[in-house]
Amino acid sequence: MLDPTPDGQHSDKSPLLRTIGLSKRYGDFLANDCIDIDIWPREIHALLGENGAGKSTLVKAIYGLIQPSAGEIHWQGERIVLSGPSEARRRGIGMVFQHFSLFDNLTVAENVALGLDGKESFKDMSARLEQVSKTYGLPLDPRREVWQLSVGERQRIEIVRALMQDPKFLILDEPTAVLTPQEADQLFIVLERLKAEGRAILYISHKLEEVKRLCDTATILRGGKKVETCNPRRETAGSLARMMVGGEVKEVKAVSGRKTTVPRLVVNDLSLAPAEAHGVRLEHISFELKGGEILGIAGVAGNGQDELFAALSGERLAKDPGTVVIEGIAAGHLSITQRRKLGAAFVPEERLGHGTAPRMRLSENALLTGHAASGMVHRGFIDTAATLRTVDRATETFDVRKAKRDPEAASLSGGNLQKFIVGREILRNPAVLVVSQPTWGVDAGAAAVIRQALLDLAAAGAAVLVTSQDLDELAEIADRIAVMFHGKLSAPLSASEASREKLGLLMGGSSLEPKEVAHAAGA
Amino acid sequence: MQLVLEKRAERSNTIALVSPLIAIGLTIVTMVVLFAILGKNPLLALHAYFIAPLTDGYSLQEIAVKATPLVMIAIGLSLCYLANAWNIGAEGQFLIGAVAGSWIAVKTQGTDAGAWVLPAMLVLAAAAGALYALIPAICKVRFGASEILTSLMLVYVADLFLDYLVRGPWRDPHGFNFPTTAEFDPVATVPLLIEGGRLHLGSIIALLVVAAAAILLGRTIKGFEIRVVGAAPRAARFGGFNANQLIVLTFAISGALAGLAGIIEVSGPVGHLQPGISPGYGFTAIIVAFLGRLNPLGILIASLFLALTFIGGEQAQIAMKIPLDVTKVFQGILLFYVLACDSLILYRFKLVFSNRQVSRGAG
Ligand SMILES: Nc1ncnc2c1ncn2[C@@H]1O[C@H](COP(=O)(O)OP(=O)(O)OP(=O)(O)O)[C@@H](O)[C@H]1O
Ligand SMILES: [Mg+2]
Repeated sequence: MLDPTPDGQHSDKSPLLRTIGLSKRYGDFLANDCIDIDIWPREIHALLGENGAGKSTLVKAIYGLIQPSAGEIHWQGERIVLSGPSEARRRGIGMVFQHFSLFDNLTVAENVALGLDGKESFKDMSARLEQVSKTYGLPLDPRREVWQLSVGERQRIEIVRALMQDPKFLILDEPTAVLTPQEADQLFIVLERLKAEGRAILYISHKLEEVKRLCDTATILRGGKKVETCNPRRETAGSLARMMVGGEVKEVKAVSGRKTTVPRLVVNDLSLAPAEAHGVRLEHISFELKGGEILGIAGVAGNGQDELFAALSGERLAKDPGTVVIEGIAAGHLSITQRRKLGAAFVPEERLGHGTAPRMRLSENALLTGHAASGMVHRGFIDTAATLRTVDRATETFDVRKAKRDPEAASLSGGNLQKFIVGREILRNPAVLVVSQPTWGVDAGAAAVIRQALLDLAAAGAAVLVTSQDLDELAEIADRIAVMFHGKLSAPLSASEASREKLGLLMGGSSLEPKEVAHAAGA
Repeated sequence: MQLVLEKRAERSNTIALVSPLIAIGLTIVTMVVLFAILGKNPLLALHAYFIAPLTDGYSLQEIAVKATPLVMIAIGLSLCYLANAWNIGAEGQFLIGAVAGSWIAVKTQGTDAGAWVLPAMLVLAAAAGALYALIPAICKVRFGASEILTSLMLVYVADLFLDYLVRGPWRDPHGFNFPTTAEFDPVATVPLLIEGGRLHLGSIIALLVVAAAAILLGRTIKGFEIRVVGAAPRAARFGGFNANQLIVLTFAISGALAGLAGIIEVSGPVGHLQPGISPGYGFTAIIVAFLGRLNPLGILIASLFLALTFIGGEQAQIAMKIPLDVTKVFQGILLFYVLACDSLILYRFKLVFSNRQVSRGAG
């Protein structure tokens, strides 16, 4: 038998998991087309591909969440047909999803107990939880309630929960999309260790540098088909991206000579008590954003970014109208619709359920934010053709891949839905765009398209506020970067001054030296 | 081995259409068992219920007459339910509408008031129904009181108020002490469509209501707001739609339609105000709304079907001495099956050959 990996040094005789001609059909659409993949023990295997390439579909089939339409799955040399995830877990396949399934008001131990199949007592389970988390250097206090934890800690719960089943094979779907660089580094140490123990790992990510660092093998999907299996260490990020796209990837180019104009979004001493029990209090937030400018807000998730978004968008109203000024008009008391009419547009972090109604069509979701100001409604009547035109334009401009012209939002792959949501707002030519995590879970090519669109929007004179955990992204597009910590916003640093170290310090809550702050404020 | 519910990726439109039919089928099977237990011949009983009423013109007209209030109430309820506002008190709004409209009829009795009487009655009844429905809606929005409980309790208030009026101030002096108003004057009566028949103008109004609701939900931004608020509340807030405002609006519309149905029933088929003007239209309309998939056209069809069970129930009582309450049992079982089958639109049954399964969302 020909050894499929380029290194060709597997001591084992047969792969741990092998798929042969695995296909998944949705209607006329082939999400997976005859995929052959071999996973060997002691291997970190990357699964790469553009948004909608079929990565999640493939791993869901391997984990028994969906039934393949054709093809075979072999586990330790034996053909298996999985009846569901619990059988997959019993056989030794574990999975960590990108979107966590945790209950905020339960403790860590209770959450883990809910997700386990075994019959052991709660006490034994808690003890084992502590032991597993200690062994792998994934510190977790079983008695803390989940709402108190950071995103990274929450992910640790999911990983520990998977490890407690002692899996031979662990699948991680975009685990680092939501992590800070430090948290990601910690995760890589754990993964290396799991590999050293002889386990296999299948790793989905859009971050090619980390794939090159971490993974031994990479399988690349394009349009549902496997195009290549290679050794990522022998490739460059560019060559990997080319294989994913099947062509050259566009570089993001800042339009030179961008001129800043009048202030378009001004926030004056905004303080706001949290709306929910577990929310963050916003304290004395002030900044000014001019037309033609992109301001980045960095920070670990859960430090008040969601609350700031709600206050800027008008989902929550401020008592004092003057705290939020849009296009020179005091807007703190205005509804989100009125703010849209002033020329503002918003992209929230959560795609499903916040940015879109999941079970409604894209055209209806275009109407969701476009009804106020985009000529989609005449005298109370919906212009269906106009909503469909918006879908078509967003599809074309941002290359949204979908199975039909106007599908339900929930059926799009994560990245493609993100492109649609960002496109829907940018096509309205807003004067002010407030966007959270613009490229969350979006592939490299599409991320470049979105970032370019934000730069172009600013070049056309709009004020753009970008909240992101991805410092590289902010460095690429923002003119100034401020950091959010415990509901407070630091003074913005100009992009050239905002080194990773400085931002890291601010994100950890320490303030810069007084003279440096003064310097930054003067910049 | 175990039967589990698995979430579907996209809602199944076929099942959405077929699910009410499955529910009706299951209900009929259950009824057959029930008839057998009651010692009645199930086939004859089913014939009396579902076939016999369709065989003569009089019963056919009667079905349309019974369906008229059901459609109007159910259309209003469907708007509430789509917006996640649970109006259970349509029966009360129906009665209050009947009372308010009757007030004009009683006050103009025997005068030479002109053709304005009937339109005025309709308008007043709709307004009264709407106001009555606003009580639970505003309690919900202002104080967070459960609209399910408050709207239901107000049914009994309306019922007793009507009772008081027809036994006291409005009682027909020449009515041999029966608790009823005098027969309404012709100007206060809904005209018949066919001379000597049963079909009246109300059925046309009901059809107009169906058309209006279809346009509202399918073509207008308000209808869209109603649907989004129910389907994805957080996205609706992001869209700028105010859930509380829509609770008030849908309750008002549904109260107005129930009130209108009430006065049409009183000034049409009944002809005077008396207790027991409704065989539970306001409650049966809840079943109609769900059986009709909260869709205007579906509701029209469902209302005809449930009207058939009313007429069939009467025929079965006359022909086979089956108690009239069996109709209510039938309707209750039907609602149960409709709701159960609805879960199949978003979930599917799967056989699993292992002990336990926890399904999770996927990335
Ligand atoms: N239930 C479904 N019904 C119809 N089409 C679907 C369904 N699930 C997925 N698809 C389609 O299959 C394709 C592959 O989706 P998948 O989620 O596997 O992509 P992905 O590679 O994980 O992308 P991303 O990086 O954006 O997460 C997409 O085009 C998507 O629209
Ligand atoms: Mg995916």
